[in-house]
Amino acid sequence: MSNNEWPIWEIFIRSKNGLEHRHVGSLHASDADMAMENARDVYTRRQEGVSIWVVESNHITASNPDNNGELFEPAQDKVYRHPTFYDLPIELKHI
Amino acid sequence: MLGDNSMILGHRLSQLCGHGPTLETDIALTNISLDFFGQVRSYFQYAAEIKGGDATEDSIAYLRYEREHFNAILVEQPNTDFAYVIARQFLFDAYHRLLLEQLIDSQDERIAAIAAKSIKESKYHLRFSSEWVKRLGAGTDISHSKMQDALNALFPFVHELFHETEIEKEMKDKGIGADLNKIKENYYPIINEVLSNAQIIKPDFPDRQTNGKTGMHTEYLGFILAEFQYMQRAYPNMTW
Repeated sequence: MSNNEWPIWEIFIRSKNGLEHRHVGSLHASDADMAMENARDVYTRRQEGVSIWVVESNHITASNPDNNGELFEPAQDKVYRHPTFYDLPIELKHI
Repeated sequence: MLGDNSMILGHRLSQLCGHGPTLETDIALTNISLDFFGQVRSYFQYAAEIKGGDATEDSIAYLRYEREHFNAILVEQPNTDFAYVIARQFLFDAYHRLLLEQLIDSQDERIAAIAAKSIKESKYHLRFSSEWVKRLGAGTDISHSKMQDALNALFPFVHELFHETEIEKEMKDKGIGADLNKIKENYYPIINEVLSNAQIIKPDFPDRQTNGKTGMHTEYLGFILAEFQYMQRAYPNMTW
């Protein structure tokens, strides 16, 4: 399909004011304007959002799954990095 | 007339559901179709109230004969290819947007309210179709020639939009309808700007004789209605 000639864009939607933009998916478009229009039609047709960001996928640098060991495993046995060792007064809620 | 334009064009676009050239444009065209059908419901609910008796939005939509439809010939033209779909949409959207801008100030509150709601949709439609005219027109040699062909074929139907029928004159004089001359003045500058950006030569063919707005249609409308009305005709008063 001619689709293959169009670059892929990642779409981020802010669902309401005050919340952060969240990644919702990707789509094909020939440029940023078209990506914005397509995002509007594909991802906000059921009132999902109040703001859209589009980023061409090749501008995103992703971590390589082969490096997961060195990137993530060192954190596994360091429970003391979680703030779970404090006794909190009962009056404190929502923490 | 307002409702029929939206209904027939909406139906033409709905025929493309699942057939768009890409997933993204397929959804876009179907969204636009749904926008039109939303407008149609508002118009026909109002029309049914005025007509009274047994009339409902469904009886108005599904149970009229060909000569009782008053859409412009432009909107019943077929989905020949994507360039035709875009050309038809663009030529109609520019008109529709200017029309709704005037109808917002209609003396009829219901019409004004429908126009105020629809104009946001129409602005997006025009943005979508203008962008595609530019992309196809200023794209490759093939896309350029297809876009030019489609506009050449459809441009001769445009003048009908501005040809004032008796009912349109009456509505204008009552302050309910729009002044088509005013729309015409603003229409061609919009078209010309997009066409020049799209490197398209403005078609200069003789106007076609068109009286869709008084109920005289091309053969296409009969086929559209056969498909569109089938369920209600075969199973009267059916509901989903």
